[in-house]
Amino acid sequence: MTSPAASPHLTLGPVLFNWPAERWRDFYARIADEAAVDTVILGEIVCFKRAPFIADALEESVARLLAAGKEVWLASPILVGGDRERAAMRDLVADAPLTVEANDMGALALLDGRRHAVGPFINLYNEATLAWLAGRGAVSVSLPAELPAASVAALAGAGRELGVEVEVQVFGRAPLAISARCYHARAHGLHKDGCQFVCGNDSNGLAVETLDGQSFLTVNGTQTLSHGYLCLTAELERLAAMGVGRFRLSPHDTDMVRVIDAFRGVLDGQRDGADAAAEIRALVDAPVANGFFHDTVGASYVTGAAV
Amino acid sequence: MDSFELICPAGNPAALRAAVDSGADAVYLGFRDATNARNFPGLNFSRDDLAAGLAYAHARKVEVYVAINTYPQAGNPEPWRRAVDDAARLGADAVILADLGLLDHAARHHPELRLHLSVQASAANAEAIRLYRDAFGVRRVVLPRVLTVPEIARLNAETDVETEVFVFGGLCPMAEGRCSLSSYATGLSPNKQGVCSPASHVRYEPRDGALASRLGDFTINLFAEGEPAGYPTLCKGRFVAGGGAGYLFEEPTSLNAMELLPDLKKAGVRALKIEGRQRSKAYIAAVVGAYRAALDAFAAGRPVPRPDLDAMVEGGAQTTGAYTRAWR
Repeated sequence: MTSPAASPHLTLGPVLFNWPAERWRDFYARIADEAAVDTVILGEIVCFKRAPFIADALEESVARLLAAGKEVWLASPILVGGDRERAAMRDLVADAPLTVEANDMGALALLDGRRHAVGPFINLYNEATLAWLAGRGAVSVSLPAELPAASVAALAGAGRELGVEVEVQVFGRAPLAISARCYHARAHGLHKDGCQFVCGNDSNGLAVETLDGQSFLTVNGTQTLSHGYLCLTAELERLAAMGVGRFRLSPHDTDMVRVIDAFRGVLDGQRDGADAAAEIRALVDAPVANGFFHDTVGASYVTGAAV
Repeated sequence: MDSFELICPAGNPAALRAAVDSGADAVYLGFRDATNARNFPGLNFSRDDLAAGLAYAHARKVEVYVAINTYPQAGNPEPWRRAVDDAARLGADAVILADLGLLDHAARHHPELRLHLSVQASAANAEAIRLYRDAFGVRRVVLPRVLTVPEIARLNAETDVETEVFVFGGLCPMAEGRCSLSSYATGLSPNKQGVCSPASHVRYEPRDGALASRLGDFTINLFAEGEPAGYPTLCKGRFVAGGGAGYLFEEPTSLNAMELLPDLKKAGVRALKIEGRQRSKAYIAAVVGAYRAALDAFAAGRPVPRPDLDAMVEGGAQTTGAYTRAWR
């Protein structure tokens, strides 16, 4: 049995949206200089067509983040079906001098025997799966967003016994689905092959509303995300008590340094979780949500004694 | 050249008999609980039902596969392990699994049991499929509906694991087993509870002469007076994005890949699967019968009959889905 992490660990997940290279580069420069995160995960994981645009910025950002003392990982694509996606996955795993976070079983296969991380897009729902993954060299796992508290607690306990760190996403739109079809292109009457990169118009994704005007979902190319932002500031203490040692924030086009500071403040015991949630609400363009964790409607936000 | 195997759904014993009598090579089914991805009220098989179904099917040289293809709940592995153990004990010809931990259990405790990888595992590349083969001895993989026929052909050229593809029925536009849309709206998901857009959370509400179909607190579609109101499956709804309203994810349509039989054969596909464990025995008999006739004609080199299946499909519309690139 390994001892729990000395201090809670903040992870910044990969940018999911199609940001221009300059925005991408500036974002990571600021993270390197100002953000109180421990691990930064980089890579284009949603659409292989976007990857060439950030290739140069990626290399530069990795160097800058490493120089700033961050742990840097590279993430593998979520959906790997076509030849170009497979080639990108193989190149990533073969060349990576850094830890790779596998988001597809193909990447996991290629990482056999190497130290690696398991991303939130690998279906990890129970202790037996966690044990199997640990046996293949996983040192850290990031749990799927839809897992309720009871499952998180059971997995955090199993993780401690296996010596695998367990991570939960605590901020950002929840990834809900991935497809071979591009919904961004479809919403603009375009085809994936001739998409004109319309996903680049929406730095936090394209809003999807119901026919009666209620905000519901967010489209990001082939990916569908929640409209609400996961925000588990009020649950951090409970998560830490379960043995969760890593907390993931998913980047959005907002003041991420302030978001990160809010979470760091709560983890360090310097501020109240509900108070931090109020600050987060003011920083994002949608309601906050924590329903998945509370085993109810994912879009809902549970407050008060139930938390 | 071997003929395609025809793999047919059964949600109850009557549907199983209809599938067997109409020409299925194998029938797939699930137990009556959250261990399978069609965990609907009034559907599925008890252990006794399975034993009787196996006897009926085996007497007619038809195989039975048991789908145990949800993801076992943390802290509660027993219902899923018992499902695998019972399927093996009763003599099922294969179990269809998705969860890594459950595959590990099956491979360790039932080395003779044939393992198929469920579509819910969404294994879409040769590297992933070889991992399931090497780690657990998986013999067949049901491919997620994200690949074109040429991609399936290349995948088959690179692995010796049999592939099974969906040819008819409901169509997920999302990669299967990687979708939490239902739980975002209702708290209940395919992976955890074996349900998607569950009837328990569906309501139809009048709205100024129109009818709103609702899932939880969200309107999935609005139907004008006289317009037939479909079931509010979340990804088949009408939404507003980028200024326009429409079927953002997928139209109400059904997969029918009958015209692709020669391409799927050339691509090296072993088995063809019909979706619809929630369907009636009359539906099963009609669709299985139509596919049996088509496969027999195809195997004999005769022209493939094109039966009228319009009455059997959602919205009366058919698509070849992700198998053709234009779908993307």
